[in-house]
Amino acid sequence: MEMLVWLIPISLGLGGLGLVAFFWSLKAHQYDDPEGARQRILSDDYDAAPKPMSQDA
Amino acid sequence: MTIPMRPPIAACPACAVVPSAEALAAVATHDASLMLSLPGVHCGACISSVERGLGAMPGVRSARVNLTLKRVAVQADPQVTPQTLIARLAALGYEAHELDPGMLQATEGDAQGRDLLMRLAVAFFAMMNIMLLSVAVWSGAADATRDMFHWISAFIALPTVAFSGQPFFRSAWRALRAGRLAMDVPISLALILATSISVYETTQGGPRAYFDAAVMLTFFLLAGRYLDHRTRAVARSAAQELAALEVPRAVRLRDGVEASVAIADLVADDLVLVRPGGRMPVDGVVMHGSSEIDRSLLTGESLPAWAGTGSVVTVGEVNLTGPLVVRVTAAGRDSSLHRMAELVAMAETARNRYTSLADRAARIYAPGVHLLSFTAFGVWMYLTGGDFRFAINISAAVLIITCPCALGLAVPAVVTAASGKLFRKGLLIKDGTALERLAEVDTVVFDKTGTLTLGMPEPTNLDAHSPEAQAVARALSGASSHPLAMALARAFASMAVLPAAVCDLREVPGYGVEGTWQGQTVRLGRAGWVEATPLDVTATYLAIGTSPAAAFSFADALRPGAAEVVAALLAQGKAVQLISGDVPGAVAALATRLGIATWTAEALPAEKAQAVMALTAAGHRVLMVGDGLNDTAALTAAHVSISPAQALDAARVASDIVLLGTNIAPIAEALRIAVKARRRIKENFAISAAYNVIAVPLALVGLATPLAAAAAMSISSITVSLNALRLK
Repeated sequence: MEMLVWLIPISLGLGGLGLVAFFWSLKAHQYDDPEGARQRILSDDYDAAPKPMSQDA
Repeated sequence: MTIPMRPPIAACPACAVVPSAEALAAVATHDASLMLSLPGVHCGACISSVERGLGAMPGVRSARVNLTLKRVAVQADPQVTPQTLIARLAALGYEAHELDPGMLQATEGDAQGRDLLMRLAVAFFAMMNIMLLSVAVWSGAADATRDMFHWISAFIALPTVAFSGQPFFRSAWRALRAGRLAMDVPISLALILATSISVYETTQGGPRAYFDAAVMLTFFLLAGRYLDHRTRAVARSAAQELAALEVPRAVRLRDGVEASVAIADLVADDLVLVRPGGRMPVDGVVMHGSSEIDRSLLTGESLPAWAGTGSVVTVGEVNLTGPLVVRVTAAGRDSSLHRMAELVAMAETARNRYTSLADRAARIYAPGVHLLSFTAFGVWMYLTGGDFRFAINISAAVLIITCPCALGLAVPAVVTAASGKLFRKGLLIKDGTALERLAEVDTVVFDKTGTLTLGMPEPTNLDAHSPEAQAVARALSGASSHPLAMALARAFASMAVLPAAVCDLREVPGYGVEGTWQGQTVRLGRAGWVEATPLDVTATYLAIGTSPAAAFSFADALRPGAAEVVAALLAQGKAVQLISGDVPGAVAALATRLGIATWTAEALPAEKAQAVMALTAAGHRVLMVGDGLNDTAALTAAHVSISPAQALDAARVASDIVLLGTNIAPIAEALRIAVKARRRIKENFAISAAYNVIAVPLALVGLATPLAAAAAMSISSITVSLNALRLK
């Protein structure tokens, strides 16, 4: 039972990590166009926004 | 590893343009952000063709399609106008409409939606962790272990309820301050009561803590709230911001000097210049110039009317051929547009009285839940001889079990599923209760011009003319920008008729085109001008020399899907009517062609509204489909209304549903889906009621363990969500 002292904080911490990751993706506007994201994965164009400027060099 | 190796050629064509665009942007510091609505995009290939097509245009820095919202955001230099982008997209085969750029901020900062999603995520995280601990408690953890698990749960649940529950607390507080009893009041009470009782039980080492139930409640209700919000946000952003067609500015002539002024600054007796293609900004009288004006959006007449010195013009009419100088007789509040708005305001009150199914349920539910909970508290206080802790426990359990978890999800889940389905078919629901009202419709009233027809003339008797007449007409029609002439030119081009050698072509504004062919004067234009007897249908007349004039007659082109929608509605057993402001000949012809038995012609705006109100008074539920300013009052008076995206702004604002594409056929489908959606909503109410019938007695007698509460809540929520997804 002593293991619980470690296991519970670890499980909470891992869950919390997932929560933080979700906050980040939310702030990065990753859910603005789910339908488009589904289709874009099949396209060869570089289409992450914003476009990299170095490609023209 | 492959990305740096990728040769520059692999980049999209847009990149080739980027350097010059950037150089331009360095000069012009202000970047224009343009937003266009693209009802036609639906796949990955559409994304690339739109983005490449727009990106290759000079001055466009980037274009990004949002497939979910069916929009494209364009970053471009200031000289790029939405019109050029729309023209480019039309060439690519995509229909596009301009959206208000101010709306860009509205979508970018959908702060409320993001906020709800964040709270939802926190509730989900907490729910999962507490559930993990609760499983241990349910399966028999006792004494110190149970107490520790309860403490950890409390440690997670308290901040979660405080953070994620805020939307409910705030709206409950608002309702209470306004002296109302909304659905959020029992929700907030249940959350607060369940959490505080659980904390108290934990401090006492008691066996029952409802942390899991409280957090789960928050999660499911937030999910419903979020779905509800998203449906509204999508509709709001696209429908209301379709850019206004009304001209906000006018060209004022003062002492021969032209100045662009806001319409609001115009006063009576100002002189205003209206160029061909422009919309009348005011009511007035023509002082100079002659032209033809298109009144179809105001009156539904498909025939352009002649206007010359002394003609009275009304705001919203389109000037077709020649420049007109108009003396303002009424502007702003006095104009006919404003009078139309008053007509709308009168009709509006009837619509606002509609209460949605959810509101009706909440009105019975909220007081019922409170009453039940307080009664349970009172009865148990009496039975146990004043055991406050036990009685309040029962009372909280009742609140948790009856809490409208499923009810909060039942309507939003169905509405989201249905409006998503309709959106994919090109229909945008602007109003929350529109679906429910649509489901009750038994009579459909259509406007003619611009709704069932495109407002675009098509020549009907080309074959009746001699080849010379066709060739001369082709040459003359090519010289004019009048809609009839342009339609004629288009038709000849598709028939491969070659133009005759007509010289000295000149357009006489308001009358037609004339020229010289083989030494004779040839004219194409109005009946009076070429000395012909006018027909009762839309026509233009060709006179070659002194021989009698020949008439080219026109019919308004049917909107795609018009025949199907009428047939489908009749098959669904709805009554279909046609009410138009156009002449009886044209209306009768269309009604016969589409199989509509009841039609009215030459209806004034007020008469249209009266016709709709008369139907309503006779017990019918009317769906009005219209696009013009003359339809606005009728659109508002109807039980529910639909207008095409090309409609006047005023008409779109007055209607509940906007048809995004050109095809009108989805309307019949919308009625079918609405009926199904209403059935699902009612089923969902029945499901959650059934759960309550089983669970509430258990809670009342004190058998509702935390496990039972959690199970009842999650199962009922999941059932209603799945039922909503069944919508086909």
